[in-house]
Amino acid sequence: MPSSVMPTPRQDDGHPSPAAISTVGLRKSFGDKTVLDGIDLHIPVGSVFALLGPNGAGKTTAVNILSTLITANGGQAQVAGHDVTTSPDGVRAAIGVTGQFSAVDGLITGEENMLLMADLHHLSKQEGRQVTAELLERFDLVEAAKKPASTYSGGMKRRLDIAMTLVGNPRIIFLDEPTTGLDPRSRHNMWGIIRELVTGGVTVFLTTQYLEEADELADRIAVLNDGRIAAEGTAEELKRLIPGGHVRLRFDDPAAYRTAADALREATRDDEALSLQLPSDGSQRELRSILDWLDSAGIEADELTVHTPDLDDVFFALTDSTDVPNQPKETAR
Amino acid sequence: MSSLSLAVRDSSTMLRRNLLHARRYPSLTLNLLLTPIMLLLLFVYIFGDVMSAGIGGGGADRSDYIAYIVPGILMMTIGSTVIGAAVSVATDMSEGIIARFRTMAIYRGSVFIGHVVGSVLQVLASLVLVGAVAVAIGFRSTDATVLEWLAAFGVLALFSLALTWIAVGMGMASPNAEAASNMAMPLILLPLISSAFIPADTMPGWFQPIAEYQPFTPAIETVRGLLLGTEIGNNWWITIAWCLGITVLGYRWSKAQFNRDPK
Repeated sequence: MPSSVMPTPRQDDGHPSPAAISTVGLRKSFGDKTVLDGIDLHIPVGSVFALLGPNGAGKTTAVNILSTLITANGGQAQVAGHDVTTSPDGVRAAIGVTGQFSAVDGLITGEENMLLMADLHHLSKQEGRQVTAELLERFDLVEAAKKPASTYSGGMKRRLDIAMTLVGNPRIIFLDEPTTGLDPRSRHNMWGIIRELVTGGVTVFLTTQYLEEADELADRIAVLNDGRIAAEGTAEELKRLIPGGHVRLRFDDPAAYRTAADALREATRDDEALSLQLPSDGSQRELRSILDWLDSAGIEADELTVHTPDLDDVFFALTDSTDVPNQPKETAR
Repeated sequence: MSSLSLAVRDSSTMLRRNLLHARRYPSLTLNLLLTPIMLLLLFVYIFGDVMSAGIGGGGADRSDYIAYIVPGILMMTIGSTVIGAAVSVATDMSEGIIARFRTMAIYRGSVFIGHVVGSVLQVLASLVLVGAVAVAIGFRSTDATVLEWLAAFGVLALFSLALTWIAVGMGMASPNAEAASNMAMPLILLPLISSAFIPADTMPGWFQPIAEYQPFTPAIETVRGLLLGTEIGNNWWITIAWCLGITVLGYRWSKAQFNRDPK
C-alpha cells in the first residue's frame, strides 16, 4: 500500500483535517442530460459520509467518478491524495468498491471469488488463504463457501461482495446503496458490518435512498438532488434546516372538526382524516400556548400528537419542488 | 513489482478464472463443437458419394472427400468455438465483477488477455478433438512431413488467435449473450461459403469472388496444401495477412470499447 501524503485543507475551525475524499465543482453529463452539476465535497479520514438522494439524483454517478470507473466532464476530485483523472491507479490502490449491482463472479464459488481477489491484490498463496478464511468466517459465509455464488441469496451476495472489497485492506470504501433490496434483518446485519468497518479507521462513502440509514450510520450527510448538493451537515443540522414540526389535532365528530377548522384558519386541513395541523417547534412553551388557545376557543380534540421534524421532512423539502412538508401526511406514531 | 511482471501475474490470474469457468461449465464449448462434428459426419456419410463425384475431376471416392473437407471442418471448428468467447465476454461485461476489476489497481489488459488466451486454448483443444474424429473416420494426410504438420498447426493457431480477438470485440459490443451469439454467427457461416465443402472454382461464376475474397478460403487452402500436398500458391501469405489484420483490428476494437466509460 503506497503511503501517500494526504492534503490537509483547513476547515472553519482552523484545525487541519486530512481529507480522504475531496471534490471541487465536479460535473458530469451524459449527452444533454446533466447528472452532476458542480459537486463540492470534503470528507475527513475515518468518517462515514452518506450521499442521500432519490432515484436518478446522480448518486451512483458520483461513486463511479470517485472510484475511477468513469471520468468527469469538469471539476476536480481527489481520493486518498490522488487525483482521479491523472493518477487513477493511485486511487485504485487505496479504495474498495461495492457497487449497487453485485460485483461477484456468479460462475465460481464464494471461496474462489475471495481467492481471485487475493491473487489480484498480489497476496502470497498462504496470505490469500488466510485472508479468505478470516473474511468468510467474519461474514458468515463458511457454509456457503464451496457453492457457486450465483446460488446465494441477495443478502449473502452482498456480504460476499463486501468481503471481496475488504481483501486488499482498503482505506476508503465506497458502498453504493448497500442495503437496497435487502430484507430488514439483512439490512440490520449490513449496518452492523458498516459500523464495524469504521472502527478500524476506514473512511466510508455510502449512498442510500433511506433516510433512516443515513441517520443511523453517517457522521455527515449530503442531500443530492438534480445533480446538486441541496444541503449538507450532520443529521441534526439537517433536521434544524426546515420547520417541519407541527401539532396535529384529530377529531372523531365531523361537527366538532368543522367548528375547530373554522376557528383555526391558519391550520392545514385534512377533511378526510378530520384532522388539523398547526405549525409548532414542539417546545413546551409553544405547546402550552396552543393548548390555552384551544381551551379558550372551546375546542376539544380527540387526539393530539406532536410531530418533530425528521430527515423525511428535510428530504421531501429539499428534493421535491412540489412541496410536501405541510401536506397532511401520516405522522402519528 | 515491475509493470511487466504485474501484467503477467494479473493476466495469468484472469486466465485461471476463465479456464475455471470453462471447466465448470463445459456445455457451451461442447455444444459449439457439435456443429463441425455433425457437418463432418453429414457430409462424409450422407452426402459423401455425391460430393466426392464433384471433386478431383470426378472419379474420387468417399475417402478422398474426407481428405478434402477435413481442413475446412477444422477451420469451421475455430469459427464455431470462438462464438463461445464472444458469448462469455458479453456475459462477463454485463456482470458487476468487471466494474470491480476496473476499480482495482491491476493491469487493465489482463481482463482481455485472460479471455483471449483461455479461448485460444479451448479452440486448440477442440481442434484436437475434431481432428481425432476425422482420423477415426479415415482421414490420413498424404506424406506430410513433421514440419508441414507443425506449419499446419501454426496456421490453425494463428487463425484461432485472430478470430478470438474479433470475437472478443463482438462480445464487448453486445449488450448480452444472445446478441453476442447472433453477432458472431458469420464466423460459423463464412466457412459454408468458402472452399471448405466444394472447390471454389466449381461454384457459380458470380459467387466465386465471395468465396475467394474471405479469410476462410486461403486459410483452408493453406492447411489443405500442407497436409495433402495440394497447390498452396500465394494462399499462405494471404492467410497470414488476413490473420494479422483481423488480430490488430479485433485488439484495437476491444481495447477502445473497454477504455470507453461503461454505460
